[in-house]
Amino acid sequence: MFAYYLDLALRSFRRNPVLTALMVLALGLGIGASITTLTVLKLLSGDPLPQKSARIFTPLLDPTPADGSATPAYMPRWWGNLMTYTDAMNLLSAHQAERQAVVSLVKAKIAPSQAGAYPFYSNGVMTTADFFAMFDAPFEYGGGWSAQDGENRAPVAVIAARLNDKLFEGKDSVGRTVRVNGHDYRVVGVLKPWAPQPRFYALALGGTSYGMGDGVFLPLLSARADHMNPENYSCWESGANLQRLETAPCAWVSIWIELAHASDARAYTTFLSNYAHQQVALGRFSDPKVWFYDLMGYLQEQQVVPDDVQMQTYLAFGFLLICIVGTVGLLLAKCLGRSHEIGTRRALGASRAAIFAQFMVESGMVGIAGGVLGLLFAEIGLWEIRHEPVQYAHLAHLDPTMFLATFVVALVASLVAGLLPALRACLVAPAPQLKSV
Amino acid sequence: MEIQPILSALRKHKIPATLVVLEIALACAVLCNAIFMIGQRVGELRMPNAIDQNGLVDISVNGTDPRFVNADIPRDLAALQHIAGAIDAAAITSVPFGKSFGTDSVSAKANDPDASGASRYMFTRTGPRTLGLRLLEGRFFNEDEYADSKLGDNISVPSGHVVIVTQSLAKRLWPGQNALGREMWMGDHDYTVIGVVANVARPGGDVIGHDYAYYATFFPLSPDPALTDYLVRTTPGDRTRVLHAAIAKLHALSPQAVIAGQTLTEIRDSAFANIRSTVWMLVQVCLVMLAVTAFSIVGLSSFWVGQRRKQIGIRRALGGTRAQIAQYFQTENFLLSTAGVAVGMILAYGANLYLLAHYQLDHMPWYYLPASAAVLWILGQLAVLGPALRAAAVPPVVATRST
Repeated sequence: MFAYYLDLALRSFRRNPVLTALMVLALGLGIGASITTLTVLKLLSGDPLPQKSARIFTPLLDPTPADGSATPAYMPRWWGNLMTYTDAMNLLSAHQAERQAVVSLVKAKIAPSQAGAYPFYSNGVMTTADFFAMFDAPFEYGGGWSAQDGENRAPVAVIAARLNDKLFEGKDSVGRTVRVNGHDYRVVGVLKPWAPQPRFYALALGGTSYGMGDGVFLPLLSARADHMNPENYSCWESGANLQRLETAPCAWVSIWIELAHASDARAYTTFLSNYAHQQVALGRFSDPKVWFYDLMGYLQEQQVVPDDVQMQTYLAFGFLLICIVGTVGLLLAKCLGRSHEIGTRRALGASRAAIFAQFMVESGMVGIAGGVLGLLFAEIGLWEIRHEPVQYAHLAHLDPTMFLATFVVALVASLVAGLLPALRACLVAPAPQLKSV
Repeated sequence: MEIQPILSALRKHKIPATLVVLEIALACAVLCNAIFMIGQRVGELRMPNAIDQNGLVDISVNGTDPRFVNADIPRDLAALQHIAGAIDAAAITSVPFGKSFGTDSVSAKANDPDASGASRYMFTRTGPRTLGLRLLEGRFFNEDEYADSKLGDNISVPSGHVVIVTQSLAKRLWPGQNALGREMWMGDHDYTVIGVVANVARPGGDVIGHDYAYYATFFPLSPDPALTDYLVRTTPGDRTRVLHAAIAKLHALSPQAVIAGQTLTEIRDSAFANIRSTVWMLVQVCLVMLAVTAFSIVGLSSFWVGQRRKQIGIRRALGGTRAQIAQYFQTENFLLSTAGVAVGMILAYGANLYLLAHYQLDHMPWYYLPASAAVLWILGQLAVLGPALRAAAVPPVVATRST
């Protein structure tokens, strides 16, 4: 029976090729546009650490000093969602979580050892020992540095695969030396290609939110001992001295923690709140307010998905709706033109259900054709985005889920669009249609 | 044209008529909001910037030894000024739309809770000339003011120094008053305003479209490691050549430095890249959407015409002219479009209110509603033209045929 309906549908398409083409085109355009924007939205609002993001947290304190020496009121959270070194180190050494790492970014000038090669900048991360294990950064060679090395200001570094390719032709470079901002660091580990999207740990630190990932990772104390300054800082006294950021009235680091269970968050919040109250009592802070975000909550708080992208998604779905209404109209037009054919089939014994099934098969076929065309349009749309000068351009690819979603959306859209014409068709009374012949 | 017979005919085709109305309503709602968003973004793309935008090139030099900065900067500037085609050169901390040097909290009073964020530009002696700053009031800095302005290890020049502000910032800090001679507070430091310049955009792309996009301060600075960029002013025709010559020269002078150069137009363009791609995307969606709407009107009207061939024939046989037949379909479409845009304008307004509440979007000015309505009216009339003419071509003899 199904094969017969398919055959009938094909015949009907052949009878009205222009109308059919218009329907498929309308559906294809609507699906193409919505899948394109949905892919971008999904990509931008993705989970950078899906396996453990519920256990990764970042705390935040209000560093407004109690002595009123700051005039920072021009924006809420004027300290730029950063932490002071003192507070971050206090939380780090309290060891109240499974793992914890203090993070800051640095512009790393890398001087290649090859003759005639100009030095270049790479994204640098100044951090502490737990960083790699906490964020599941995969190693190709070697590993991270120990907490002991970090505290001893050892000149050690972990480099990214990209940098290892550039400096050491991708070979095992553990034990070799890399020159960062004029200082020699011994490579202890080489990462596999690793670039979480978005680059969540850099959001408050002055880096880009998406991109190729970082190039070189240095122990925070070692890098600071070599006078490396953070990319982003917020100081509330204009006399602040950059060489003494550790004690200056400045916020310039983030701290990330990993808890054994997501349910431990309550206990950590209590600890954090006690700490803030203690600082108020000591006369450092004026407000004991604390914030404690899990990874996905933090991404939302930082508004990592641009407003424009969200509005474009609404727009695309508005557009898809227009395309579906258009397709309903065209299918209906086609079906009304076939009252005669339906009347004949009904008179020859086809049941209402059979007519309904026939029309649903027909609109389902329009849907699948629209889906294929929509996939094509989505690929064109994503190709266009890849050639736009936006940070996330190179990530804009159709993934398998979206590929499947295209067809589900197409089929559902077309079946919804076909419902009305099919109902109309099966209500056609056979007798009057035959009489006019 | 008689409307009554059209309405009664439509009453017999409620569902197709409703679909056309719905289609036009949705198209109107999306079109209004999309055009409004395009209008806002295009306004941002045109954002003025009172410097010699087209004649400037910027070369950043990083990773030189800070101890030799007193000798390096004058040496580099002299070399840059000798490039053929270079008019002026200056060292500067950041450039409009480029990488930010940080944001200061500035206010008209000490410890003022009503402070505002502002970007700071610091440059050497030739700065105002090289940038092409337009002085509106007061004066530029004098030699002594450049000479005694040093950062040392601090992030600001010493208290009591002089500052130039943009017109926007002057209005924000001292509304309706003369800014010259006033004290501007920056944290616990204060500076005397000696000049007001025409609006210069702040660094970074995230300020675009906000009222604080021009909140900028200018400070004189003697050679200092914070001066990471060189600006060279040339003519638009010479700028690519001058840029390459400048990069080569700086590479030769500081082989250990990391050197990168761009024209200021390129820097501006990359700051606006997101906005431009949004505009392009919105324009595409609008055009395709209008095309889809037109297609479905063509499809439905053609079908109607096909269905009513016999009635058309009868009317023609009874003396109806071709023009009257065409007019019938045009009027019918006009009525449907009117109902569509009426619903559509309400939807558009509702969508705008929703976006307003959730995203950074302004109130849509009222004229977007009739403008989109007019577009859809015209679109409808054009789309129905083909089917209407085909209807007009139906010969009266059809009336005599049995089917």
